[in-house]
Amino acid sequence: MAKRKANVQIKECVACGTCVKVCPVGAISVYKGLYADVSAKCVGCGRCAAVCPASVIEMQEVTP
Amino acid sequence: MTKKKKWYDYLWIVSATYLILGFFNILFAWIGLLCFFIPLLIAIFGGDKMYCNKFCGRGQLFDLLGNKLGLSRKKDIPKFLRSKWFRYGFLIFFFIMFFNMLFSTYLVFEGTRDLKEVVTLLWTIKLPWNWAYDGTAVTPWVAQFAFGFYSVMLTSTVLGLITMILYKPRSWCVYCPMGTMTQTICKAKHRCNGACGISQQNDSPTT
Repeated sequence: MAKRKANVQIKECVACGTCVKVCPVGAISVYKGLYADVSAKCVGCGRCAAVCPASVIEMQEVTP
Repeated sequence: MTKKKKWYDYLWIVSATYLILGFFNILFAWIGLLCFFIPLLIAIFGGDKMYCNKFCGRGQLFDLLGNKLGLSRKKDIPKFLRSKWFRYGFLIFFFIMFFNMLFSTYLVFEGTRDLKEVVTLLWTIKLPWNWAYDGTAVTPWVAQFAFGFYSVMLTSTVLGLITMILYKPRSWCVYCPMGTMTQTICKAKHRCNGACGISQQNDSPTT
């Protein structure tokens, strides 16, 4: 299965931090109160995409 | 996998208690000003949304009710509710209603108007609330502000509960005036229009 990673549409992000709280690996942080920033630690579980109140996180396949 | 809870993960208790206290004594409404000043001060001096991200008890309350108690359909929020147009529009509307409330307080302070012991829900529905105030404890304008401010807090909670049920639990965060305001402050502080930092971000499809 292809590796997946969370992708945030940063212009639409409200920077609420709901995704930060559910990330099991601590891969997300809110960058300067502007948007959610996903680090390379992302394991692609999709929990953030499920809780995002603005629905601006998509899981994208990453080609190695 | 559950993360270890921090002290601030229990601030939903404070938010819930705040709403309950307002039923018994309206003067507790004044405490709610903290929910206005703390996020603004953090945004202005800290330059981030730490309040939304960690300390917002209301967000936690919606999260708890929507996720733990399952009181949410967990559907995507309609696109227009998360548009800039709606978010800023709601912020402006909120400001107008807030200043309207301050003006009512001023009229009572000045003596032009008498204290009205009502809580106005959704800016229109006047709920009798006289049991929560004995009528003499403080100067009338102090009580008037408490009734007005509690109206603001109750109204926004009700709106938040409605969108919690209909969409994702924390849908309120999308159009929360404080959230919009603090994000705007952060954007101004970091001099960008939400598009800065793209280079270090993963917005473009990964190759």
